[in-house]
Amino acid sequence: MALNAMHAEAVAGVVDRVVARHRRDASNMVQILREIQEACDWISPEAIDRLQETLGVPRTKIEGVAGFYAFLYTEPRGQYRVLFSDNITDRMQGNRALMERLCNSLWVERGKVSEDGLVSVGKTACTGMCDQGPALLVNNLAIAGLTEARIDAIAELIRGKVPLADWPAEFFKVEDNIRRADILLTADFKPGEALRAARARAPDEGLMASNMRSWREGLPSGMGGPIAVLDEIKRANLRGRGGAGFTTGLKWEACRNAQLKPGHRRIVVCNADEGEPGTFKDRVLLSTFPDLVFEGMTVAAYAVGATKGFVYLRGEYRYLLDRLNAVLARRRRDKLLGENILGIPGADFDIEIHVGAGAYVCGEESALIESLEGKRGTPRNRPPFPVTNGYLDQPTIVNNVETFAAAAMIALKGGDWYAGIGTKHSAGTKILSVSGDCARPGIYEYPFGVSIRQVLDDCGAKDTQAVQVSGPSGICVAENEFDRIIGFEDIPTAGAFTIFDKTRDMFQVARNYVHFFQHESCGFCTPCRVGTSLLKNLMDKLHNGCGSPYDFAEIEKLNQLLQSMSHCGLGHTACNPVLDTIAKFRPYYDQRMTQQDFTPAFNLDRALAAARQMTGRDDAAAHLSTEHGGAA
Amino acid sequence: MSLTFTLDGKTIPFTEGQTIIQAASAAGVFIPHLCYHPEFKPHGSCKLCTVKVNGRHTASCTMRAAPGMVVESDTEEINAERRALTQMLFVEGNHFCPSCEKSGNCQLQATAYHLGMMSPHYDHFFPSRPVDASHPDALLDFNRCILCSLCVRASRDVDGKNVFALSGRGIGTHLIVNAKSGQLGDTDFTLDDKAAQVCPVGVILKKRRGFAVPIGERTYDKAPIADTVTEGK
Repeated sequence: MALNAMHAEAVAGVVDRVVARHRRDASNMVQILREIQEACDWISPEAIDRLQETLGVPRTKIEGVAGFYAFLYTEPRGQYRVLFSDNITDRMQGNRALMERLCNSLWVERGKVSEDGLVSVGKTACTGMCDQGPALLVNNLAIAGLTEARIDAIAELIRGKVPLADWPAEFFKVEDNIRRADILLTADFKPGEALRAARARAPDEGLMASNMRSWREGLPSGMGGPIAVLDEIKRANLRGRGGAGFTTGLKWEACRNAQLKPGHRRIVVCNADEGEPGTFKDRVLLSTFPDLVFEGMTVAAYAVGATKGFVYLRGEYRYLLDRLNAVLARRRRDKLLGENILGIPGADFDIEIHVGAGAYVCGEESALIESLEGKRGTPRNRPPFPVTNGYLDQPTIVNNVETFAAAAMIALKGGDWYAGIGTKHSAGTKILSVSGDCARPGIYEYPFGVSIRQVLDDCGAKDTQAVQVSGPSGICVAENEFDRIIGFEDIPTAGAFTIFDKTRDMFQVARNYVHFFQHESCGFCTPCRVGTSLLKNLMDKLHNGCGSPYDFAEIEKLNQLLQSMSHCGLGHTACNPVLDTIAKFRPYYDQRMTQQDFTPAFNLDRALAAARQMTGRDDAAAHLSTEHGGAA
Repeated sequence: MSLTFTLDGKTIPFTEGQTIIQAASAAGVFIPHLCYHPEFKPHGSCKLCTVKVNGRHTASCTMRAAPGMVVESDTEEINAERRALTQMLFVEGNHFCPSCEKSGNCQLQATAYHLGMMSPHYDHFFPSRPVDASHPDALLDFNRCILCSLCVRASRDVDGKNVFALSGRGIGTHLIVNAKSGQLGDTDFTLDDKAAQVCPVGVILKKRRGFAVPIGERTYDKAPIADTVTEGK
């Protein structure tokens, strides 16, 4: 079936169905566009026509949103859209050769659509399968553990136009690889237990949910239950697991105390946009411990008085959606979601899952909220902060998946129990996503305070040169720092733990990360939009053998500018991998400064590569002899 | 009691809710800016108006003034950073001042002069951005777009038309037009629109009026951009 050539009526039918399912609400724009694409393979001008009519929003708004997200296509990209994960770990596992193999096998150029419109093959940022890479996405469904044999099988399936639903199920199998489990990953937990424990902890008169306050404003003593939960969270000294480490109790309290405007309600958002390259622990939590996460969200809702919840699931984890929705449905049946949860009057809360569409920046909480509202994922100007003016201007808390899982355990077992785990400044445990050069990549949960060296020993890493902790926006740790510990007082982390042994070129690691930030910059502010591109060009210039001390100084100047002038954390941290590797692995840069004086990045011989490809020549006469590094 | 903060050592009065740049403009102090326009909700994207508040960088168009704030703006450090941002905007698009009909009326050019920019410094990107001449009265030359979104805001908030929007992402961010064809001629845009008046550079141009005012007699030929702040008072 040539889906790309769907009739306008058929497209209109799809659009009408999707729009109706979303109650004609334009704030679901990202979901609407994603679902239209799932049915039609792309978002055609006809689909946009129909959307404009049925939603009553200007075309520019639809095109602006569709144009922002990497996984939404306003040009046909084929019936099979293959995207290879291109994290540094995928590179180390040989993704490039496999992509080449698939392209050759399907007779398609990388990044282009095949002439028959059947298939396109491209690359995308880390898909969160680093412990079982190389990986790819086909029509946003994840396939990990790629081998040459599997690539050949995939090529055969695509050539035979076999529907994805009929592909071998084992292709789509994703492993948990839990190697070390602590309080979260061993949680012997029955759905509803944490909520019941939270309720039991409150005095009898305190069974009122906090959202009842809107008509009892100024009577906080009437809400013993929620306050007791909040007290436990504070006593636990729980801090956000998304990387920034903000104190969860303070965030929840600020949201609970925020004034509600008429018609508004409080919102709980679970940030499952796990986009930091090298991180995949939220995938495991959601796939194997979804009740723990949902229960944590419900506990949060009870504490702050929220009635609406969202999970913002990254597009790469689309394969989890149906399973998660089934869990939500079960929880509704069990009265753990819905109205008067567990019979507590006014404890109304439900959760809806939104799926992202390929934008790392949406992990930033205000960009995430914009995306939830169906807009381009551009970080907001702050203040005001989400706790007072979040989703559709309502008081909103945004917490990481792991934070909610921890909150559920705290509700169950109490704040003192939790605070006793970990270190003085970092209570509880941290789940690490270990990948790279080690014998046993996977998920490791440790109490805070574990040393880098301990983790390396446990995962069987040998001859380790460096560890990138918390992904590109985190910190690169060299051998002499391996006794440093994971914790907010030393090395805070969102969870990525990427290991590089002594055979790895740390310049190439940094260059891969710089390319990542350039690709993921939202484009809103000048310094990040242009600066990340300039930085990428300079790193490529060094890579191409045209680097001089001048370029090195330029990189450092750009880094300063990005840090001081950027709008959000993406720009502020985009230079971290470069700064760290320059400070700790300088020789990898020195060996690339092959030029004494400034040398242009433009290289005539390299520019002629396209002509050589077209004429099929690569002999000496087809090359220019240049004074400086011509070889790319 | 009157509210004040200090800007480069000078005491600036402000009223509740005013941003730093609003208070500074009212007091006759110029802070370079491109995406800010006094008539519109601030956007905070160009970052030219960045100042240091109590030692921290922040955009003065979005930061509200607070009593006792210590703000630095006209310092060598901050101006060097603003100059670098201006250079970035120049290399990101295709800006050829000598042949541009907006020369002399262009805020980007005038800001570059104000900041003492002597060269674009960075390698040019030379993007391919076709011109849209489909409208009978107006020309869109996207080569000069700096993505300030003033036309977007003007068309949406004042004209009620949504003629313009931003699409794409990152370095691929670009201005789009509200028509299936993507052409301005297929929209309800007119020269009377507010959106036709606000472009700080030379993207939205009125046809057949290009050189009606000769170079040398244009806005910033007569007075540097920093002087416009007091005129607006």
